[in-house]
Amino acid sequence: MRKLYLLAAVAALVAAPAFADDMLTIGMTLSQTGPLNVDSVAQQRGAELWRDEVNAAGGIKAGSKHYKVRFVTYDDQSQGGRVQQLYTRLIVQDKSQFLFGPYSSGLCATAAVISEQYGKPMLITGGAEAKTLELGNKYLVQVLSRAGEYLAGAIRALESKNAHAKLAVVYADDPFSKAVAVAARKLAQAGGLDIVLDESYAPNTTDFSAIINKTISASAEALVGGGHYADGATLARQIHDQKANLKYISLLVAPDSPQFASLGDAAYGITVPSQWEVQAAYKPDFGPTGAAFAKAFAAKFKIAADYHSALGYAGGLLLQHAIEQSGSIDADKVVAVLNAMDVTTFFGRFKIATDPGHHGLQVAHEMVLAQWQRKNGRLEREVVWPKAAQTADLIYPLH
Amino acid sequence: MLGIIAAIIDGVLIGSVYGLAALGLTLIWGVMEVINLTHGAAIVAGMFGLYLLANAVHIPPYATLPLILIGGFLVGIVLYWISVHRLMGRPPLMILLSTFAVNLVVIGLGTAAWGTDLFNVPVSLPSVTWGRYTFSGTHILAAALTTAIAGALYLFLYHTKLGKAVRAVANNREAAELAGIPTTRVLSLSFGLGVALAGAAGMLIATMFPFTVLSGDAYQLKSFVVTALGGLGNPAGALVGGIALGLIEGFAGQFMPVSWTLVIEFVLFVAVLIIFPRGIFAFRRA
Repeated sequence: MRKLYLLAAVAALVAAPAFADDMLTIGMTLSQTGPLNVDSVAQQRGAELWRDEVNAAGGIKAGSKHYKVRFVTYDDQSQGGRVQQLYTRLIVQDKSQFLFGPYSSGLCATAAVISEQYGKPMLITGGAEAKTLELGNKYLVQVLSRAGEYLAGAIRALESKNAHAKLAVVYADDPFSKAVAVAARKLAQAGGLDIVLDESYAPNTTDFSAIINKTISASAEALVGGGHYADGATLARQIHDQKANLKYISLLVAPDSPQFASLGDAAYGITVPSQWEVQAAYKPDFGPTGAAFAKAFAAKFKIAADYHSALGYAGGLLLQHAIEQSGSIDADKVVAVLNAMDVTTFFGRFKIATDPGHHGLQVAHEMVLAQWQRKNGRLEREVVWPKAAQTADLIYPLH
Repeated sequence: MLGIIAAIIDGVLIGSVYGLAALGLTLIWGVMEVINLTHGAAIVAGMFGLYLLANAVHIPPYATLPLILIGGFLVGIVLYWISVHRLMGRPPLMILLSTFAVNLVVIGLGTAAWGTDLFNVPVSLPSVTWGRYTFSGTHILAAALTTAIAGALYLFLYHTKLGKAVRAVANNREAAELAGIPTTRVLSLSFGLGVALAGAAGMLIATMFPFTVLSGDAYQLKSFVVTALGGLGNPAGALVGGIALGLIEGFAGQFMPVSWTLVIEFVLFVAVLIIFPRGIFAFRRA
């Protein structure tokens, strides 16, 4: 009997490393608590759907091996201070082979310091600010369009309706929103729009009466900007309640959430730059179509997919493709494949810059502009820009 | 010029609600010298109280106000016994930490239940338009209800026997006890009143703006600035301080970038603490 136990123990010792070898560990933090919770959880759900589908299909094939995917996650509480500590733990203690970035540009910038220090590839699916990728990194890979691209479609769509519109640029005083606003200001000036108000506000602003009064005093016809979730929604509601009579409004992030429809009339006509909409019918080189992803997501989580969840899934899909192409889970080999990739998934095109000063910066993905419109009495988002991806005409003017 | 006047009116309207939120904080301090860090959670509870009663039970939004006041009062009394009573007379830091812990628990439970998703209670009221500027009906009614609640609090404190007992305990707890006033009951009642006022402020804020589980933090911070302006423990000062804060936000924003108003608020906060430690509007405590 003792021999039998001994044999079992030896077998377990031999088997354990084999099991560990066949497991791919991906580490990430998510904001289960704190102000970034909504978008971060959506992103995480997308990644979980990808992981479950990959594992159900037998794992990721790299050379002769199949790797099942395991996530190690921690709550970063939406705080940068936690991110640095947790990413170190994910690498050193949890032995993560690859990393997914946290949600938001600020947290990604913090996590990037750690991933670079340890030479771990990190796919950024929730940080649009380009600055993080312009500091000479080797292992960062941005999946989404850069912050500078966010309001480009919104500005061009406005120009198509009124080339000399009086524009108010109103944005949250955070790295992402500021980067978006800087790019939007340049585009608007270059295009001939008349910027009559250029204001930032503290991200925790609760009352926008002062800004809206300034917008009215400046006789603005259009407003672009916003920031994240609570502030964007409050701004939209107060614009409506204070009858600012704007002809065109484009706000970041908040209107992308299905919950934005709960604002009712205040949501009507608001446009939002979106990294992905289910209507955008890209022909994927690999992976599911947008419709198939949206269907699987809704079946699993009983809610509609948004662009944050699409990003979470797309990040996994691209990493899987790179591992399969390289035939290895070696960080440098996988990054080399990611550097060379120019592919289209359900999320759109993927190609990153490879020069040392901009390594990992997304250069091919295009954003769309969606607008909340009424369809059969219900508020729904329609793609209104670019014209090639349009599912409905842009409603302009709103008043 | 019209824009500046509109900003002043908006400032007064929103400022009165800041004042109501701060009333709860200042009342608790005035009576029991406790800084209640569950204040933000109580404001959020008022917001969600409105949301649940209006959406799930379909009670008209403003009809929820008395229910939230009563509910807040009862919850406040329970909170007093859980987090404050046993620590009365101990170092103030202990009560501060105790109420902070309760705040964390409430916000944690709220986050688990609702996430930090956005909630909105659509309230349709006629607005007042003046030239190009519109004053939302919800803001006007919130200011009116705030005035009514503050008036009712004044009547309670100065024209009822129980109110007299509250003031007596606030003045000198030991003397009040020697005079036969059941001070523990008065303390729990005052805590209940403070939480009820915070809940009512939260409810009124939720008729004006969308909110999340985390919205209470910003209003708690504003309440501290307001109490510094008005004088900690001074209900009338809280109302005046609230309106002053609203005016700063509305008026200053017309002449400088709006993002600077927060800086001005906190510079003022520190300046008032240094120059007028009892508050600019600190009248002698009754």
